[in-house]
Amino acid sequence: MIINHPLLGPRDAAEFVYLGDASLIERPDWQASDAAEAFHEYGYLRDNPAGKHAELWYHEQGDRSWLVVTRDTTTHEITSVEMARDVARAKGRSK
Amino acid sequence: MRYSALKILREGLTGNKGWKPVWREPDPKPEYDIVIIGGGGHGLATAYYLAREFGMRNIAVLEKGWIGSGNIGRNTTIIRSNYMLPGNEPFYEMSLKLWEGLEQDFNYNAMVSQRSILNLFHSDAQRDAFVRRANAMFLAGADAELATTEQLRAELPFLDYENARFPIKGGLFQRRGGTVRHDAVAWGYARGADERGVDIIQNCEVTGFDIENGKCRGVQTSRGAIRARKVAVCVAGSSGRVMAQAGMRLPIESHVLQAFVTEGLKPVLPGVITFGAGHFYVSQSDKGGLVFGGDIDGYNSYAQRGNLPVVEDVAEGGMAIMPMIGRARLLRSWGGIMDMSMDGSPFIDKTDIDGLYFNGGWCYGGFKATPASGLCYAHLLAKDTPHPVATQMRLDRFKRGNLIDEKGQGNQPNLH
Repeated sequence: MIINHPLLGPRDAAEFVYLGDASLIERPDWQASDAAEAFHEYGYLRDNPAGKHAELWYHEQGDRSWLVVTRDTTTHEITSVEMARDVARAKGRSK
Repeated sequence: MRYSALKILREGLTGNKGWKPVWREPDPKPEYDIVIIGGGGHGLATAYYLAREFGMRNIAVLEKGWIGSGNIGRNTTIIRSNYMLPGNEPFYEMSLKLWEGLEQDFNYNAMVSQRSILNLFHSDAQRDAFVRRANAMFLAGADAELATTEQLRAELPFLDYENARFPIKGGLFQRRGGTVRHDAVAWGYARGADERGVDIIQNCEVTGFDIENGKCRGVQTSRGAIRARKVAVCVAGSSGRVMAQAGMRLPIESHVLQAFVTEGLKPVLPGVITFGAGHFYVSQSDKGGLVFGGDIDGYNSYAQRGNLPVVEDVAEGGMAIMPMIGRARLLRSWGGIMDMSMDGSPFIDKTDIDGLYFNGGWCYGGFKATPASGLCYAHLLAKDTPHPVATQMRLDRFKRGNLIDEKGQGNQPNLH
């Protein structure tokens, strides 16, 4: 697989480390009253879709940036690559 | 269908026209006591043990394609019980004991061959860990045997003992481990279940669950609605896809694992050998091909095919322990989809939905578990209590903090 890095251009997926579902960006509030339940879901439960999947890849052998890659899990086709930082900021996060 | 040398001779001389199917092709009935979703090894074994051990007959096994078309037909056929944790080891040891009596039990030649499995170790720390594992295996009644390099050199002279980076310091044998003719397992269980009245319904895809007031009353399929008192999901690899239809999220990611076969060679490997410093395991099939595999590709996939970096990585692992295989040509490779669970261990449990049961999360160790998985799932379905060796394989164990994490990797499925 080739991941088209927004800054570095097309890079081999072997340069990256895979973490998992991009929803891992949205860490629950640890002070919320339902924090135990929310962290169980955050840490252990996954949508695991067959089809389009937004996921986190880390460019360990490159610029050490985190990317959100949208990839089809039934064909491995990559349709979009964004900086995870930009995705998190778009959701209202400070970094 | 009875098999004998005489029958083979007679059929061979008469154009092999007398062979008959060994199970029926029934149409689905409108209602069953138990509907099992998934006609793979585990699903067919569950049906077989439900009929044989618990006397239940009104059972259907629904299979989307043809039976045995999933991971029972796509694995590296290894059986073993060299686990460590109390939540796992008694289960896998029971499975190995069931393998030992399986062919007599269902009267079918599954070519169970206890040709031994050897886990190599490459450092003092790894030796200590394997000694501990061996002791845990003894506690569960399994066999284990620590071998020195001298013993190994006599038995397996072709290994690279002086490898500069990962010299071989010894190994842990389980002599009762080995390989099995994987397709025959599915066929043997299917025939045994069919003989006892189980309906095996192929080309029947489940498209939805009928859930009313928190109770599962049946399934919608491509061949119509089927009502059931209990619905048993047994579709490891596709668990995420199927359970999403019941609105459930699982502690599972689907990943692709590749396996490889070389051209046929003269007998070189006496048993199964695994590399302790990388991830590589290899055995030789009865046809002579070296059957081997390594790590999963490491990203979510339902594609049943992997990518080339893992091919390279696996080949490097092989060359690191047995350079003699470097000249063997790779004949074919394939990918299978694994339910990678959050702690690397499986689930055999009820769900929060009454009447809906779940079996999955086998990671890449489902084949060896087939008999025990079937028996334990049948026990759960028949009695509504977990089998004594499967009490910890629960869906809510993460919530309770009772993980069964053999490798101590935490909730990172692609590391298990």
